[in-house]
Formats: sequence, C-alpha cells, structure tokens
Amino acid sequence: MSAKRVIVVGGGLAGLAAAMKLAEQEIPVDLFSLVPVKRSHSVCAQGGINACNDVARQQGYSEWEHFFETIKGGDFLANQPPVLEMARMAPDIINLLDRMGVPFNRTSEGYRALRLFGGSLFKRTHFAGATTGQQLLYALDEQCRRWESEGRITKYEFWDFLWPVRDDGGRCVGIVAQDLRTMQIRAFRGDAVIMATGGNGLIFGQSTMSVICTGSASARCYAAGARLGNPEFVQVHPTAIPGEDKCRLMSESARGEGGRIWVPRKKGDARHPNSIPEEERDYFLERLYPKYKNIVPRDIATREIYYICEQGYGVGPAPSQMVYLDLTEKATGIKYEVLKKRLGGILEIYEKFVGVDPLLEPMKIYPAIHYSMGGLWVDFARDDQPVEHAGRAVGGGGMKKGDPRNQMTNIPGLYAAGEADFQYHGANRLGANSLLSCIFTGLYMGPSVKNYIESQKGSAAEISAGVFDARVREQQAQMERLLKASGDQNPYMMQRELGRTMSDNCTIIRINKRMKQSLALIEELKERYRTRLGMPDGSTWSNQTLAFTRSLWDMLLLSEAITMAAIARDESRGAHFKIPDELETRMDIPLDDRALKRDDEHWLRSTLATFVNGKCELSYEPVDISLARPEKRDYGKTTGAGPAKTAAAPAVQPIEPAVVAK
Amino acid sequence: MSDAPIVVKVQRQDKPGTAPYWQTFSIPYKRNMNITSVFQAIAGNPVTVEGAKTTPVNYDAACLEEVCGSCTMLINGKVRQACSALVDPIREEHGDGPITIAPMSKFPVVRDLIVDRSRMFENLKRIRGWIPVDGYYNQGSGPQMTPEKQDMRYALSRCMTCGCCLEACPQFTMTNSFVGAQVFGQVDYFNAHPTGKIDADERMEQIMGDGGISDCGNAQNCVKVCPKELPLVDSIGRMGRAATVYSLKKFFKK
Repeated sequence: MSAKRVIVVGGGLAGLAAAMKLAEQEIPVDLFSLVPVKRSHSVCAQGGINACNDVARQQGYSEWEHFFETIKGGDFLANQPPVLEMARMAPDIINLLDRMGVPFNRTSEGYRALRLFGGSLFKRTHFAGATTGQQLLYALDEQCRRWESEGRITKYEFWDFLWPVRDDGGRCVGIVAQDLRTMQIRAFRGDAVIMATGGNGLIFGQSTMSVICTGSASARCYAAGARLGNPEFVQVHPTAIPGEDKCRLMSESARGEGGRIWVPRKKGDARHPNSIPEEERDYFLERLYPKYKNIVPRDIATREIYYICEQGYGVGPAPSQMVYLDLTEKATGIKYEVLKKRLGGILEIYEKFVGVDPLLEPMKIYPAIHYSMGGLWVDFARDDQPVEHAGRAVGGGGMKKGDPRNQMTNIPGLYAAGEADFQYHGANRLGANSLLSCIFTGLYMGPSVKNYIESQKGSAAEISAGVFDARVREQQAQMERLLKASGDQNPYMMQRELGRTMSDNCTIIRINKRMKQSLALIEELKERYRTRLGMPDGSTWSNQTLAFTRSLWDMLLLSEAITMAAIARDESRGAHFKIPDELETRMDIPLDDRALKRDDEHWLRSTLATFVNGKCELSYEPVDISLARPEKRDYGKTTGAGPAKTAAAPAVQPIEPAVVAK
Repeated sequence: MSDAPIVVKVQRQDKPGTAPYWQTFSIPYKRNMNITSVFQAIAGNPVTVEGAKTTPVNYDAACLEEVCGSCTMLINGKVRQACSALVDPIREEHGDGPITIAPMSKFPVVRDLIVDRSRMFENLKRIRGWIPVDGYYNQGSGPQMTPEKQDMRYALSRCMTCGCCLEACPQFTMTNSFVGAQVFGQVDYFNAHPTGKIDADERMEQIMGDGGISDCGNAQNCVKVCPKELPLVDSIGRMGRAATVYSLKKFFKK
C-alpha cells in the first residue's frame, strides 16, 4: 500500500467512485461524509444513466453522437474534450456497474433494457426501475464497504468538512473537519483532496435536493481561494411536486416512457382532468416541438411550462398554478402494469405524498431547482491526438488519461468531481448524464490523482503541524463565536428569506433589476449574520443547528457569486434566460421574444468567480470548441415571431460528423 | 379536515446517559405537512407550548422523500419515516390530538431523535455485502439475467437500511446479537447474483451462528413495517432453507 493518503470529501457517486478506484490502486483513502454514504443525495436520482450501446449503435448512434447531444444540450458552453472522454467511457461504466450487481431492468432475452430520455432521439438510457440513482449508489457503497473491511478506506461519517489546508507553497495538504456528534474539530493530512460534495439547491429554499445539499463545502474552498466555474448555471427541472419542505422530483423517465404534459385549452377549466376530452386538451410541448415532443431538454420544457402558466392556462389558482403530467392509459396508450414495472419508484412517491395513483389520474407538477451545472472550476489536459470520425481527422482529442491536471482545481492538490465540478454540462444538463458524469469523473481521475501524489516530493505526513494547527484554531474560534451569538435573527428564518429571493429572482427568468434586489438582500443578510445572529442551540454535543448556521454563511457567499455572475451575463444560453429590464412587464410579448438571444461573439466563454478580499470578482476564459463548431440550438420549435433582439448569429455551418441522426 | 394547530409531543434527550424528557410544540396548521416540515417550523421558532425557549429538535434527515432511510422514528408508537408521515392522514386516523414522536427504542440514542444505527452497517460487513468483482477495468458485461430474476433482485435492492424491520421485531433488542430481517434480505440479495454466489457459504456461516436465522420467531412484523415493502418473509424463508442445505453439506463433507 502507498505511504501517501488521499482524502475524499463527499460519499455520493463521484466520491465513492474516486475512493474505490484509488483503493484498487492501493492508495489508502479517508472518506468524509455528512451522512452514512448510502444516504447521500445521489440516492434520489431516478431516471437512468446514459451510454451508447449495441442496439443504438446499429440504429446509427455512436459515442460521438452522445458527445454532440451533450454539447448541444449544454448550449455549447462546455469544454469539449472532457465531454468526449465521458461519452467514450460511458459503455465501459455500464458494463462495470452491471458486473457489480446493479439490477438494471432487463429485456425478455435478459439483456439490459433501454429507455428514451431528454435531448436524444435514440434509446440510450439504462435504468433500474425509476430509482436508478439508488441502485447505482448502493453498488458503489457495497464496493467501498469491501475496501473498508480490508482497511484501504476509512470512513468518517457524520463529519463536516470545514476548510482545505494549504501549505506555504499553496498546495492543498489536508483538511480541517468536525465530528458532528462529539463536535471535535481536527485536521487530517492528505496528499491530495477530492471534493465530491454535490450541488447547492438549499440556497433556493425548496428544491429537489436533500437537506445536506447546501453547497457549503464548495463555498469553503472558494473562500479559501478555489475558483468557481459558471456558478450562474443552475438547472430547473420541469416536473416536480411542489411541497412545504421540498419539491419532490418526478423523473424525466415518466415522459421518456410515454407520459404527456398538457393543460386544458380553456383557462380556468375546473373539471376533473379525467373528464376533459382529448380535443379540449393542449399537449403544448407536442404542439410546439413535433420532433422531441415531451422530451425536449429541461431548460426548454421548464420555460414552456412557466410561460403557459404565465398566460393563465395553468391548473389551480394563481400564483400556484401547475400543469398535468399524464401517465394514464387513456393518454399514453400504455397498460397500467407495464408502467408500474418501469416507473414504480416514482409512482410510489407521488402516491405517498399526494395521495393519488398517478396511473389513474394525471399528476400536477411544476418546475423546481434541481441541479448545479456550475461548481468548482477544474482543469483538464487535452489529448492532442487527432480524433477520427467517418475516416476524417476532425481536430483535437479527448483528455490525456492519467494527467495530474485532470479534475484539479486552481489549488494544486485540490480536486473536484461530480456535481461539485463545473466541467461537463455547460449551460444545461441532459437527463441521465449526471449519474454518468459523477461516476466517470470519480473513476477517470484515479490515475491522475495517483500520478499527482507520486510526483510530489515528501508527503503530507511529514509537513510540520504549524499550518494545520492554525486552521484548526481558526475553526475552533469561529465555532465558539457562533455558539455565543445572542442576537434576534434565527438562522433558519434567514435561510428561508435567502431561498425566497433566490427562487423568485434567480431561477427560470432572470431580470437584472430584480437580481440586483436579491444582491442587496444578500448583502443585508450578511450584515445581519455578522451583527444580529441568534444561535438557537448553544450545546456542544451533536448540535445540528451549529452546522446549519455555519453553512448559512457559505450559502450567502455562493448566492452572491451566482447572482453577480447571472447579472453580468448579458445573453440567454441554456438554463440562463435573460430578459432586459425594460421588457420586465411585457407579458404581451411571447416569452422567447422577450429575452436576449445567445451571443457567441461576446459570451461563448466560461464565467470564473474568485473570492478576493471578501468580495466576488468575475473573470472569463474561452471555451474549448476544438471538436465541434457551435451551431444554432434547435429542437424544432414550430412557432415564434421574429426575435426582439438579434445578437450576432454564429456564421458557421454545422460540421458533418455532428449530424448523424437517422 | 380540521385546521386546528398541529401539536407534537417529542421525546428529547440531551446526550447519551442523560434522562429523556418530553417537550410539546404547537405550530399553525397548513395542508400537506409532514413531520419533517413540522420540525422545520419548530426550528424557525423553538418555543414550547408553555412558552419556554428551547432548542430545535435534532433528527436525522436527508432526502425527505423516503429513499435514503435517515428519518426513522416512532410516530404515535409506529416505526416509520418522518418524511412520509403526513399530518392529514394521521389526523384522519387519530384525530387532532398531539402526535407523539420518539426515537427508535432498539438503538442507542445520540441526541433527541438521533440514534446510532452503526450495528446495521457492521453486519453488512460481516456478511460480505458486496459483489466480489475482479477489478474496475472494463471486462465486458455482467451475467445475462431474466426479467424475473431482475425483479426479485430489484425488490431487495431497495433496502435503505432504515431499521424499521429491526425496531418492530420482537427478537431484536438493543443488547442481543440477533441480526434481523435487514441482514437476511441482503444475504438473499447477494446470494441471488451469479458472482455474488461465490461468497454464499461464507454468508451462511455468518447467519447460522450466534444471533442468526434460528433466532427468527416468525412474527412477520418486519414485512408489515418495511416502507419499501421488501419481501422480507420470502427472504427469511429462503435463508432458512439455505441454512438447512448448507449444514447438511457441511456435515457430509466432514
């Protein structure tokens, strides 16, 4: 076994994949998680995991096609070589998961079944019922348990990551963390540290994320000097059940399996949906997008649902209007038993929380915050070997396997993977690509991290205690300050205010005037935190309120970066939809025409957010488009007047390899 | 449906070894609330019905949609997940009176409703709860499998290690060594896989010793309380038979 150790923070799919791959390479891992790792948020993922496969290949699909779908789905904002690498490795990952015992659904012959999913016309999504994230997470959890029993992985569950420790040269050499039971704060040495800590849904109040998804760990790295990439890109999933405590996801697979979204043609139609005949229903996604229908990419579906409700066609009293997601046999033509088998898990969720069987009565849903495309900025080493397609070299390659730069943040030795990184999904993520990117980044970075730690002279174990002790003392002092806070502001109520303003102004529709109001509120909340915070629980044992209150500050920092980046980006791209201030109240103009268009000439670049002297500073870097030239992101919408504002349209033709769909 | 305030009586405990005590909270009624959102409301203003300032209730929670297994607790005496315990159906069954909430009784309390369930995870190590793959390189597909077999494995794969089955089981106590339905279901799950079968004998050894399958009294409480409706009694039946076969095998090998 190696004398060096790696710390992995986060026990979801990305963290576990990284941990098990490192363990396989005989590198001991210290794995930190807020919860027992099999309770990580990955467990909530429902629909499936994408990969090219034998059947799709024979229908004209390929890894290249998967790559291009992803790049186009992300509105051309993602660096291309890492995405190509991910698409290439995807079939291997499915094979590996299969061997590890994931109970994928099977065809009658016993092969892995496939379903249709957002942004593709080919069936390339593998699934285990409608709870795929759970089965994948459990398989990786089981593998890590094996390494744990052999001493290669040591788990620190119910621990909170507090800070990345950097040596005098700026390298990351470990972390400070807190045991959430005993509340002991101590340092851990690591020759490399991997942040696999997921997204930041809690910033928006209600979301489809788990309560542990605060984004705090990433924010702490950002405060310690790690750049964020594209923080303004946050995905709003089109179909969720609104709720008091969270919005419960209704997987895209419901639509992939035949579910149809509709509203009554008549505004305010109060009839039971089962009594509304076909001709009086507007299946608006099918009407607007004859090719992709209900499985247009998420940002597009979300905006259409928002707009139909804005026009007053939603179901239920405004402002809580919703739309129908119909899985009944009458609407889909698919038998009850078939859908029960393929979608059981999500049908149960709807039935348990709403009290209605969704196969007998259409579901009522509305969009909800779901995923963070942005995150910690990470590097990659491009493989300059030319990529061949249809016998032609088309330019650069994928990534150089094993290069220490892959997945490394701008802090040497500090890596990021999974939803916590910014790299793979550009301006909008396609469904079933996250389970893939999490497992891909975790596995792919194994050799890179190994090469990095072997390249470093000496080990973290040999560094003098001084730098670790200093960080521990800082965290200790901060905890004591928080425990003594005796003001009038309850941290849970403050977080609700933050969630409300971010939800209202920073999600589906973005208007600078409103986002500036949010920024002002964030500044005010920071001031109230600094001067009027009241700690409801001063206990020094198992104090959940302390951990929450600490992460409230981090959520404020992250919200600031997200909002500033969104204000600065003066275009619409993927999930970021900017309406100019002067058109704020112009509901008479169709939604698409109210917004700024995509502006490649000025905005085909990644946003970088750096924390300098207590403030967020924005800068930009070009996007690697070496493999496929950006083109119009067209999913075949059939209506729409001319654009209100035209920015420079990309004056290039789509190159041949990118258009292979049959 | 009444809109009287929601009253909850919570059994709290400050740390291991200290005495538990009750606190009652009242929060304004809202439709479609679940017990976790009741706790969130309390956290925003942690004051008892007597007007005493107190601390927010500490409890394990993560997904809030009954897939992670975190929020197991006793609600009106029944072991279940707090996130899927909706107030309106509870009122339909029990009326508007206070809802009693207590931590699981079969696991040591850490604080308030948080208990230590590491015993369940330690047992998963004992029974070699994984598929022993050669390594993480691409070596082709896993074994072909019929949809029926996949169905059986999928049902068992949904075990979220919540502990409801153990809480409800009369044979499982805080201090004895019975492994319980959770383990039998998982042994069944791993043994049902062609590669997993490699370790079947070792798993049998584990569940035939102290605290093993012979301690099951067939009360069948487990299958009644499992939130994911795992077919636990089927697994226990299969494991019982497998144990018999295995002990005969061992006997004749001697």
